[in-house]
Amino acid sequence: MKKIPCRKSFTETLLELAKKDKKIVALASDSRGSVTLNEFADTLPDQFVECGIAEQNEVGIAAGLAEMGFKPFVCAPACFLSTRSLEQVKVDVAYSNTNVKIIGISGGVSYGALGMSHHSLQDIAVMRAIPGITILLPADEYQTREMTKKLADFDGPVYVRMGRGPVDNVYNDDFAPFEIGKANVLTQGNDIGIVATGETVPQAFNAAKILSKEGINARVLDYHTIKPFDEESILKAADECGAILTVEEHSKFGGLGEAVAHLLIEKNPVPMKIIGFVDEALVSGNSSELFEYYGLDSESIANAAKELLGN
Amino acid sequence: MSTIKELKIKAVEIRKIMLQMIHDAGAGHTGGSLSSIDILVSLFYNKMKHDAKNPNWEERDRFLLSKGHSVEGYYSVLADSGYFPIEDLSTFSKFKSELIGHPNKNVPGVEMNTGSLGHGLPIGVGMALGAKKLDNPCTVYVLMGDGELAEGSIWEAAMAASNYKLDNLIAIIDRNGLQISGRTEEVMSLENLEEKWSAFGWDTMQVNGNDMESIIEGLDVAKQRKGKPQVIIAKTTKGKGVSFMENIPAWHHGVPSEIELEQALEELDNSLKELM
Repeated sequence: MKKIPCRKSFTETLLELAKKDKKIVALASDSRGSVTLNEFADTLPDQFVECGIAEQNEVGIAAGLAEMGFKPFVCAPACFLSTRSLEQVKVDVAYSNTNVKIIGISGGVSYGALGMSHHSLQDIAVMRAIPGITILLPADEYQTREMTKKLADFDGPVYVRMGRGPVDNVYNDDFAPFEIGKANVLTQGNDIGIVATGETVPQAFNAAKILSKEGINARVLDYHTIKPFDEESILKAADECGAILTVEEHSKFGGLGEAVAHLLIEKNPVPMKIIGFVDEALVSGNSSELFEYYGLDSESIANAAKELLGN
Repeated sequence: MSTIKELKIKAVEIRKIMLQMIHDAGAGHTGGSLSSIDILVSLFYNKMKHDAKNPNWEERDRFLLSKGHSVEGYYSVLADSGYFPIEDLSTFSKFKSELIGHPNKNVPGVEMNTGSLGHGLPIGVGMALGAKKLDNPCTVYVLMGDGELAEGSIWEAAMAASNYKLDNLIAIIDRNGLQISGRTEEVMSLENLEEKWSAFGWDTMQVNGNDMESIIEGLDVAKQRKGKPQVIIAKTTKGKGVSFMENIPAWHHGVPSEIELEQALEELDNSLKELM
């Protein structure tokens, strides 16, 4: 079956939901093509708001719509939405507790070769430090579909980040559990815990397959929710596996890895390693080239796991 | 719906309440609050549909204080209008008080948390657009400072409001000509301000923002006009109502001492006598 990107899975699901729920509105910043909102805009023009290239205004408008009882989904490239509009996200959405969903698409290094202006490798860090906002990174198209359904009924500020291209699916039509704030355990090993979020989950899942061929049983945890943070699953994995490796398409600063390290250092320090992007403007390359170069692909993850275990 | 005379008296009374509150708290944005009091009074006691006993009434007019630092006048008006007990004003800026130094939704009557400048108009655009979609007959009022207009997000929203033809949106600019560092025209010049708004597709007008007849007339005209968003440039005096505070930038967030408070209240009492 042909794989579709998460953003496409999101907009297809949102369109179906919005046909039944007139309070759902989608906002775009001249981004309807890149978000894949064209069909939504054509089918439900009254539920679509074009804001032009003005992301700060886009978030403010969404907050105003939410106060009038709508369920706005603000859609734009994650790089612009998460930092250019951060002030509006902090004050108009999180602090004001408005029912706004901030949907960052083509996140991380999806726009690899377009350069640092188009990378969003700080979004988890900045959102994590803002009280009152839920942070979600779905792993694949099936989970994105379930997440979108949940979001339509979830009242409160949420930041979502998803990527541009299709990814290997780890879920399927029959199995794509999504409970906000509850990590999914994808494999049941006890040798090492591999904690991943968003579209690095498929890489972690594939790394576990590589490791199992060498007799290492990894427990892969899908942290689709960064906030509220599921402390229990990490602590259980630390206790039962004795070592934790984290993987994220994000700066090593302020993301999933630091959230895990913070928890473990206070509750149960075990050997751990953070895989993420280094603190520099990245070299040019497409997303898979950058994953490989910076050590986020499945082979590199497997090697890092072995190194952490001293093998 | 009060008479002009009653509104003028109310505006003096609110100034007294507010100055006492700022004095007691030892903090506040005195100058910009005083300049905007007449506008607030004209809205809350005359033009706006609202009900303190039913603050979530769906068809209420919405008010956003985009110049959130002038919260002292806003809180005073809300308390006096019955949204919360007037005694609560004595907790302003105190430890664990809901009446923090910028508008906060936990205070009954406050629609949105504001304080970071340039946010009110985008939110107002969203509310006015939402009202149109819902056929809700409410009007959305956004009160902005003039120094605030240097924020780019205001002009993003100005463009969007005329794009969506939001004639249910009335923006009011408290044009007192001063900001924290000095005169607006020296810090970041705004003129010709009316032409700027007009170029962005808004119906514009200028009123005397410290003259009740002039404000009410302007709001009436803005309400009747159709097809475009409305902006009222309200010429005001920063520190209005207290002679030694007027047009002095230092009163932007100056706090009156005991003696200064006494002098100010005496002046305001004299104004009241003249109005009676």
